[in-house]
Amino acid sequence: MSVAENQAAAGRGSTRTVAILSSLGRFLVVAVTTYLGLLAVTFFIGRVIPIDPVLAVLGDRAPTAVVERTRREMGLDLPWIEQFYLYVKAALRGDFGTSVLTTNPVMSDIRRVFPATIELATLGTIIGAVIGVPLGVLAAVKRGSLIDQIARVVGLIGYSVPIFWLGLLGLVLFYAKLQWIAFPARLDVVYEYTFTPITGFYLLDAAIQGQWDVFHDAWRHIVLPAALLGYLSLAYISRMTRSFMLNELAQEYIVAARAKGLSETRVIWGHALRNAAVPMVTVIALSYANLLEGSVLTETVFSWPGIGLYITNSLQNADMNAVLGGTIAIGSVFIAINLLSDLLYRLLDPRTKIG
Amino acid sequence: MSAETIQSRREWLLSDQPASRLQARLGRAYVSWRRFSANRLALVGMLIIIALLVVAAFADVLAPYSPTVGDLKNARLLAPSAAHWFGTDDLGRDIYSRIVYGARWTLYVVILVAIIAAPIGLLVGTVAGYAGGWTDTILMRVTDIFLAFPKLVLALAFVAALGPGIENAVLAIAITSWPPYARIARAETLTVRNSDYIKAVQLMGASPVRIVLRHIMPLCISSLIIRVTLDMAGIILTAAGLGFLGLGAQPPLPEWGAMIASGRRFILDQWWVAAAPGAAILIVSLGFNLLGDGLRDALDPRSGDQ
Amino acid sequence: MNDTLLEVDDLRVTFPTRTGLVQAVRGVSFSLGRERLGIVGESGSGKSQTGRAIMGLTPPQAEVSAKKLAFDGIDLLSISPRQRRSLRGNRIAMILQDPKYSLDPVMTIGRQIIETLRTHEKVCKAEARERALAMLQAVQIRDPARVFDLYPHEVSGGMGQRAMIAMMLVTGPELMIADEPTSALDVTVQLDVLKILDKLVAERGMGLIFISHDLRLVSSFCDRVVVMYAGKVVEQIKASELRDAQHPYTRGLLNCMPRIGFERHPLPVLDRKPEWAA
Repeated sequence: MSVAENQAAAGRGSTRTVAILSSLGRFLVVAVTTYLGLLAVTFFIGRVIPIDPVLAVLGDRAPTAVVERTRREMGLDLPWIEQFYLYVKAALRGDFGTSVLTTNPVMSDIRRVFPATIELATLGTIIGAVIGVPLGVLAAVKRGSLIDQIARVVGLIGYSVPIFWLGLLGLVLFYAKLQWIAFPARLDVVYEYTFTPITGFYLLDAAIQGQWDVFHDAWRHIVLPAALLGYLSLAYISRMTRSFMLNELAQEYIVAARAKGLSETRVIWGHALRNAAVPMVTVIALSYANLLEGSVLTETVFSWPGIGLYITNSLQNADMNAVLGGTIAIGSVFIAINLLSDLLYRLLDPRTKIG
Repeated sequence: MSAETIQSRREWLLSDQPASRLQARLGRAYVSWRRFSANRLALVGMLIIIALLVVAAFADVLAPYSPTVGDLKNARLLAPSAAHWFGTDDLGRDIYSRIVYGARWTLYVVILVAIIAAPIGLLVGTVAGYAGGWTDTILMRVTDIFLAFPKLVLALAFVAALGPGIENAVLAIAITSWPPYARIARAETLTVRNSDYIKAVQLMGASPVRIVLRHIMPLCISSLIIRVTLDMAGIILTAAGLGFLGLGAQPPLPEWGAMIASGRRFILDQWWVAAAPGAAILIVSLGFNLLGDGLRDALDPRSGDQ
Repeated sequence: MNDTLLEVDDLRVTFPTRTGLVQAVRGVSFSLGRERLGIVGESGSGKSQTGRAIMGLTPPQAEVSAKKLAFDGIDLLSISPRQRRSLRGNRIAMILQDPKYSLDPVMTIGRQIIETLRTHEKVCKAEARERALAMLQAVQIRDPARVFDLYPHEVSGGMGQRAMIAMMLVTGPELMIADEPTSALDVTVQLDVLKILDKLVAERGMGLIFISHDLRLVSSFCDRVVVMYAGKVVEQIKASELRDAQHPYTRGLLNCMPRIGFERHPLPVLDRKPEWAA
């Protein structure tokens, strides 16, 4: 090994640090502009589109005094740009106004309902990844075989089915006919009053407290909506896994791994999937973000008291503060996951260079 | 037509030395078609879409009953039968007839979204790609910001502000679905921007507007069509979702998503009210997905398995 | 050639394509002792597929047939895939062209070497590490402990190829197939890598099949040369007698090699006659 080679190799460690720092910097710029963009769009929706934003927030039955006070509070007499500045400032404090429907600050409502959505989406993503990744791997390895065809059809239907409709059919079959699952809600009424959640994730809370009857009940309520979201995520994850795996299996290092005499199992799961795992992280994160969003429809069907149901209930009551607060909440998490997955991708890949 | 003339026609189409531009173009189309039609699932998708077009066009002939006026007295919530293939709903309307007419609304949404969103994306992408520099940076930053938003939730908020209705739903979906088209158009523009024939056009004194309109945009069309076709299913599902939440088409319009919503109340006893429109959405979305996959494989063989 | 290591008789590799069957290798025969055999040909001549067929790495859709394909008396075509695998990387090894692509990018070099070893021998972790480091030393990497923990993209092409050789030689194979082992490397390190390979092959008494498009390299490095054209062997000749080659294709290849001190105008064009492929 030459001296130059040695130096080059030694220098690469710091190159990587620089690369990570620079992508961190760009990450911050992107995060800030994207978040400002989200606020700009919701500002536009809440303040520019409605003829009278005050009525949009309060409804048309509010007394004149309240309307006038709100108008001043919202700063509607100020120029647009100043209004937007105040809007951003308030949003950064977590102040999205008060919900007409619940009469609480929107932020405290969101805090209350968000864990239910997280619990549902997390379970859905786990189901999707645990089934979707192996399915995608098998489809790629046995390309053109029966299992590949099945994976393809399962995926295509997942891309094409209206989730709320599938949820309704699921309720007919598993709740009404077979009675395998509980009625649409998060817990039976009996437990609603006796059970005190700690983290807000009922499955976890019940397990921590050792209340296995509650755990069982919570499970019977969550299993179908989670399975449906899991199916959506499975469709996406298996399709992407297959594509990544086909790409990896065509690489030379796979030939080399076989030349070493490794078993096919080892070649596929130990080498090809390990390489595909880096982009897979992004895919699973994106799928998680999509489920957060997809929960709007699923929660409506299953009366699941999460952010999705909160938004749709507020919509039906023209409660604009709540709708926009919920939109910003989902949007923020969505953006955060998007950006974090990109960052994670760079950190996980040992080949990360400046770029 | 004898086998011989078919043979010679095929040779004419596949000729290495086309005598005219028309022959070359037809030849290319023929090769793409052969690749497309070898994919059986893609053909199924195309048949579904053709069926959708036919049903929408001849709804008056195909539907035995009125889609909006029902027989409240005698025909409420009837199970599927010979008289009412998919049963009747709570207002005594024939569900089959409503689905047939609903095909029109599905097409209406899909086509309107496509002709609003695709040109926006095309314009933003080609201008960003051709102009470069700051224009490119700013336009693409805006595009990326929109790409990072949750589409359905944003569409919900838009409709909440604009007021429910199918036109507003279309607008909301279009506003949230143009960014991918801009990305594609920009990528295509970048690949041709520095090519010699664009330089030649520049030397002949063509204005940037003309170059973008006449020479760059046409090149982006085929990849855009593929992407729009692949997005159709998503558009249908979003529109149906908005309809289901009561934000899209308003009663008595026979829109499939809204039909599911109205069937929801009877789902446990009269499941067919919600079942049929959902199946219609599934089949049409599947059709667009199959067609889009097939088109992509046929027109863009590079991305075969991606 | 007293102890025959490998016998190849009438080897054929057939690929099904949309337009029918394509024979990439069409009746190749040769035998190999503990010597260095070069296989030369243009791209598409079937030389790489010959090597892969011996390794048992032909793509599954292709068909391999031969009157005889035997390694150390073992009929390679009749043994089970499992037995075949236990030979691969253990008694028969292979070096691929470009270390940039043939080393797993997300696994450290050391782990990749140990993986070969532990697939074929029951050794404890400490011993495996010890032997991997010794192997890295043997391919003349000065600081094996450091290279051990590097990822493939962190080393140069020359070092990557040495790591590849180490990975394939760590189990002490008897036959090594080197498929264009230096073509992807900088000219300056090509010779270093070849010397290392040569030395190890000589020291360990291995048989070597050296696949290359570079006739000069092969003739200077190997004992014997097999010239392939369109899936067939057109000539087998001792490297020392290459100048007296009879076949016009071999002569054509020889004529294409530039020599210092000779003006070459116009540049010779390689003749390709269909009857050679017949």
